[in-house]
Amino acid sequence: MENHFVLLAVLIVVLPLLGSLVAGFLGKVIGRSATHCVTISLVGLSFLLSCYLFNAFVLNATPLIDTDLYTWAISGDFHFNVAFLIDRLSVTMATIVSFVSLMVHIYTIGYMAEDPGYQRFFSYVSLFTFAMLTLVFADNFLLLFFGWEGVGLVSYLLIGFWFNRESAVFGSLKAFLVNRIGDIGFMLAMAAIFTYSHDLNYKFVFAHVDLLLNKSIILFPGLSVSVITLTCVLLFIGAMGKSAQVPLHVWLPESMEGPTPISALIHAATMVTAGIYLVARMSPLFEYSQPALSLVLVIGATTCLFMGLLAVFHFDIKRVIAYSTLSQLGYMVVALGVSAYDAAIFHLITHAFFKALLFLAAGSVIIALHHEQDMRKMGGLAPFMPITYGTFLIGALALSAIPPFAGFYSKDIIIEAVKAAHLPGASYAYFCVMAGAFITPLYIFRALFMTFHGPKNTESSVSESPWVVLIPLIGLAIPSIVAGGMLIGPMLFAPHTLLGNSIFVLPEHNMLFNLGQHFEGAKIMALEAGRTLTFWLAMAGIVAAWFFNMEYPQFAESLKQRFSWLYNLMVKKYGFDDFNQLVIVHGTRRIGEFLYSISDLKIIDGIFVNGSGRFIQWFANVSRRMQTGYVYHYAFAMIGGVVVLLVWIYLGL
Amino acid sequence: MWLTHSLLTILIWLPVLGAVAVLMTGGDTNAKYARWIAGGVAFVNLALCIPLYLGFDVHTTAMQFPEKKLWITAYQIYYSLGVDGISLAMIILTNFTGFLVILAACEAIKVRIAQYMAAFLVMQGMMIGVFAATDAILFYVFWEGMLIPMYLSIGMWGSVNRSYASIKFFLYTFLGSILMLVALLYLYVQTGAFSIEGYYGLHLSRHIQELLFWAFFMAFAVKVPMWPVHTWLPDAHTEAPSGGSVVLAALMLKLGIYGFLRFSMPIAPLACQHLDWIMIILSLIAIVYIGLVAIVQTDMKKLIAYSSIAHMGFATLGCFMVYDIVKDTGNVHAAYLSLEGAVIQMISHAFGSGAMFLGIGMMADRYFNHSRLIKDYGGLAIRMPIFAAFFMLFAMSNVGLPGTAGFVGEFMVIMAAFQAHFGVALIASLTLILAASYSLWMYKRVFFGPVVSDHVAVMKDLTWLEITNYTLLAIGVMWLGLYPKPVLNLLQPTVSHILNVSLAGLGS
Repeated sequence: MENHFVLLAVLIVVLPLLGSLVAGFLGKVIGRSATHCVTISLVGLSFLLSCYLFNAFVLNATPLIDTDLYTWAISGDFHFNVAFLIDRLSVTMATIVSFVSLMVHIYTIGYMAEDPGYQRFFSYVSLFTFAMLTLVFADNFLLLFFGWEGVGLVSYLLIGFWFNRESAVFGSLKAFLVNRIGDIGFMLAMAAIFTYSHDLNYKFVFAHVDLLLNKSIILFPGLSVSVITLTCVLLFIGAMGKSAQVPLHVWLPESMEGPTPISALIHAATMVTAGIYLVARMSPLFEYSQPALSLVLVIGATTCLFMGLLAVFHFDIKRVIAYSTLSQLGYMVVALGVSAYDAAIFHLITHAFFKALLFLAAGSVIIALHHEQDMRKMGGLAPFMPITYGTFLIGALALSAIPPFAGFYSKDIIIEAVKAAHLPGASYAYFCVMAGAFITPLYIFRALFMTFHGPKNTESSVSESPWVVLIPLIGLAIPSIVAGGMLIGPMLFAPHTLLGNSIFVLPEHNMLFNLGQHFEGAKIMALEAGRTLTFWLAMAGIVAAWFFNMEYPQFAESLKQRFSWLYNLMVKKYGFDDFNQLVIVHGTRRIGEFLYSISDLKIIDGIFVNGSGRFIQWFANVSRRMQTGYVYHYAFAMIGGVVVLLVWIYLGL
Repeated sequence: MWLTHSLLTILIWLPVLGAVAVLMTGGDTNAKYARWIAGGVAFVNLALCIPLYLGFDVHTTAMQFPEKKLWITAYQIYYSLGVDGISLAMIILTNFTGFLVILAACEAIKVRIAQYMAAFLVMQGMMIGVFAATDAILFYVFWEGMLIPMYLSIGMWGSVNRSYASIKFFLYTFLGSILMLVALLYLYVQTGAFSIEGYYGLHLSRHIQELLFWAFFMAFAVKVPMWPVHTWLPDAHTEAPSGGSVVLAALMLKLGIYGFLRFSMPIAPLACQHLDWIMIILSLIAIVYIGLVAIVQTDMKKLIAYSSIAHMGFATLGCFMVYDIVKDTGNVHAAYLSLEGAVIQMISHAFGSGAMFLGIGMMADRYFNHSRLIKDYGGLAIRMPIFAAFFMLFAMSNVGLPGTAGFVGEFMVIMAAFQAHFGVALIASLTLILAASYSLWMYKRVFFGPVVSDHVAVMKDLTWLEITNYTLLAIGVMWLGLYPKPVLNLLQPTVSHILNVSLAGLGS
């Protein structure tokens, strides 16, 4: 029985890889439609198998399986294995990933229809699915890192998919490098765990967490910290890179240079949530480091509010949604910070549905307008694209946490959990998530009004997108409505939660348990939403969006005039990009130039290497003068030598 | 049976004989024969690695395939050969690389082809000799012998500044090896023989060991090369023909590490332990300083040359971290990890950098004035998509992406270094950003963006021969990245033997 599950898990992971190889190597030979048929059916199969495992492991509580596939390396007495962990968390994630990936594969047929790189695109997207599933199923840090870097690679390739566009190529390089900063954190965290646990397998590390506790490590002479905190902070730095938390968020808006399907898949639903998955998976470590949890909480809260604010000021529809993604990831990180890991994964799931939906709906608009992304050139599209409009609206309502849409449940729980938390930084975080509850509808309904309502600002005729685009929209709209209400009970408040023992929470951190005491079912929660402040904040956000964009745009304009410094700060995105460009990029190149031209060329080569060559030349030149060739010179030198010798002997020196 | 008894001799001298045969084909009118003979010899040599590998017993630390004949009676100098795990791996690598270089030269070299092939065949034979020699003088002869064809290849087929570069190359490496000869003579006086293994466990005083250490250091650090004796390498690479660059990067640099493993660590363990902080600092300088220098290079070959130095920093770091690891943790397995990481780094770097140098050669050969400047290129992915895909893989190996060869060594060394010093691991891990910066920034400027000029617009994608070449390298990169276990198994007994000899020399 166990082998049969392992085989299925391997198939889930490998089938998309197979699709990718077929599309990559044979794509040109077998043609476009064969390429998409092969990749879609393989990913579809992968999704079906994931559902089967979901049923077995999550719904029917099959005990977890931890199995070695092969030994990657043996060194000394250390074994590094390629091995899978099939448990509730990994199976849940795999189901989400393969589902969204399937939707995006189908959507791509429509979105990339005219692109010459059609087969290459399918190959990349399938490869991404393979890497992401590997990340999810890994049972040790090393294989996780393989998947982690694999998704980073494909993200890099896909952001720069249109590689003759300067902005796309710049964005892809930036994404890769910023992620690598996070990777340093991850690599060192792995080294710390390896140093103290002598193993990289989760199960072993978690079971022997005492090896990490109550120990301190000397970072530099005079500075020592506790090992568990160091490990967790380093892990979180890795998560910050992938999940784009301040200050490593700068790559995500830039990633919008890639084609829209991958913005939905990679930069909204799956890859960027890898950091969230990582921290949730590492809950047995994070629980023991309160400083690390506080850091997680504060970083998440900061990202949540301040990145959400930026979304209000952008006109590129994809960038608005990208900043929204940053903000929502902030919510998930906040949930991790207050030890509400289940709530973080819950929001991850609902967000995957409605954010992928928003991106794909935006993409539908973008293709209808022939790759126009500026919302000022849209407007009044609702009558022409009813299905796109309807699904975008569902996504917006879900994102704004309006009951009974999916986002309402997941976000409300996070806010409640933060309210109940008493960690250092919790009150700051509470302020941020509450303010975020107002900002979120403000920006997304601003986008909705600017795109679909008001006067039509484009000359070209607009028509609804083809069915391959609409099917994924509908496919994602349904869970965006119902997933929240369906999942909240079983996932968070059931006696045996869906994620079960994949997550570990210390009793004193267990906010969700306390909240569960007051939980009376999803329906009641939605009906009673009117009693909560968050609901009214959200409604206020929608009204404000309507007021500023539809009713009194001139009022917004006058505010912009009066607070122009604030407006500029927002447009400049708090100056992160300028700072990085000026200080980090230019600084690094200046140091490199200095080391090369001064130290390498002038000092080492100029003085020592060529200098010694010149010295020998000079010495030879000088000594050459003595060899004049005149006999009397030599005779004179001989006489001189004899005199010196005689004097020496005579004086008896 | 005669095959097993003299397999190493055949591997060394077959290419040399082949070189003579190739030279006899005469001028470029008979280029066809020169290509076939050279290719055939290189192929046979590579095929002979199969019995070598199959006949090798991974369970013993003794030298295998031994051959021993008295060579110079007066000084007890033997023609003695043998292989252990490390030298076996390096010999296979040498034959593999040699074959690829000959294959690439079939299309790339147009003038004096027979001489070119002969130079590389001799080089290949000499390098196998270095890895197989178990007598110090024989080692020294091969060590110097391989310099001559390399010197000639730079001087004959190189670019504009070739004579400066070839002389700089020769003097740098020659001055270093002179001191090594002095050290070997001293050891001869001590033991009365030139057997390298006879020098192990002599328990010399620390002062003497330190002198020996510095003498070996001069020879090997130049070869690696370590900062600050590295400046010959970028010049040699830029001026060398692309085959020369491949051999330099893939094989010759490794001789430095090989020397540290074979001589410095077992012969002068006390000095190595006492002076390891210098080696660690120099390695970290190589990783960070040289990485920063690589970012600002404008010539692709120089960029990859600097990146090679930075990658070799991991190999030296892995070698010399072992003393601190054992001292701080008492865990000898972590030290194995470190040392095996260093050796894997040597091997993996051969694939990645060799492939990149080969690729730069392919680009320059297609460009009208053979430019290697980054600014002359741009948008190459549009004209040469197959090449771009291959080069991306090799660039990612250079970046150290998991799943490629470049990751394995770096991972092992960082994991091991953390055991002793957090700071060392932190500085070493900066390579994650630096390597990505120089590799991918170069890739971006060369391959991405619009086609910059008509010269780029006429460039054609890879030929079948080049695709074959690159496929072999790609298999190497992926195999080592996805399944390094067989290689590690090969190395394990030898690495632990070397480490145990060295640690035993420390006393308790």
